[in-house]
Amino acid sequence: MHQEWIWGLAGGGLIGIAGAVYLLINGRIMGASGIIGSVVDGTAGNQTWERVWFIAGLFLLPTILSFWVGPRDNFITDNLWAIAAAGILVGVGTRLANGCTSGHGICGMSRLSLRGFVATVFYIGAGGLSIILFKHLLGVV
Amino acid sequence: MRGLFAFIAGGLFGAGLLVSGMTDSRKVQGWLDIFGDWDPTLAFVMGGAMLPMAIAWRITRGRNPALGGLFPPKPDQRVGRNLVLGSILFGAGWGLVGLCPGPSVASLSYGGIGGVVFILSMFGGMWAAPLVRSRLDAALVTA
Repeated sequence: MHQEWIWGLAGGGLIGIAGAVYLLINGRIMGASGIIGSVVDGTAGNQTWERVWFIAGLFLLPTILSFWVGPRDNFITDNLWAIAAAGILVGVGTRLANGCTSGHGICGMSRLSLRGFVATVFYIGAGGLSIILFKHLLGVV
Repeated sequence: MRGLFAFIAGGLFGAGLLVSGMTDSRKVQGWLDIFGDWDPTLAFVMGGAMLPMAIAWRITRGRNPALGGLFPPKPDQRVGRNLVLGSILFGAGWGLVGLCPGPSVASLSYGGIGGVVFILSMFGGMWAAPLVRSRLDAALVTA
């Protein structure tokens, strides 16, 4: 039995509070792929700096915390080709779908958005099939 | 002010991702891997995050954002090809290595070479997405 679920709940609460701050104070939806993607492709317009500040916080706080709580790792596969392919899929897919786990999942489903539910069903379903294919059948990760 | 609160929100988001274990790709893959050592953590993270967000959405009713402007209206709820196809592509990549956009930035400082390769590839994919979208639209018109 995994005992980390309490940390999952606590960390999830922090993520939800982050989304609430960004919504109630800035009036924006906290979707990571939209915030990052619009800065990357230059479509953020006059929101560019606001989004750059968000990304700076997203990078800096875990960096500082990781020193405090000890060495961390993302425990990602060693297969750099798989990583590169996954990165491209995540980049294209989230921008095509206009959202990822944070935007469609957390922000969308919590306002009972149909699109949020549909996206979440498809990315979790595809993720499950991807694991079966690439881990259990092909063994590349 | 907008930058300050965006920075605070981003920082809380990153701290939450670290604390919850979502920057550990094994926990994400563990949730998706129903035939492996299944790990329910991600469901607790989603649930824990959706509760404050649901309260926040209720608070928005009849109000405006603290820093001015308007709250984002609910987008057109049509479920189209881009939503479904994009989510499938995203899910395939997410399952393959266990990282999505938020955690890829949050774990960049300790994610090693793999974390760097992932985020650069993701930037490439994001940059190419408008082209993919217009090609798909063109293919649909001629089909």
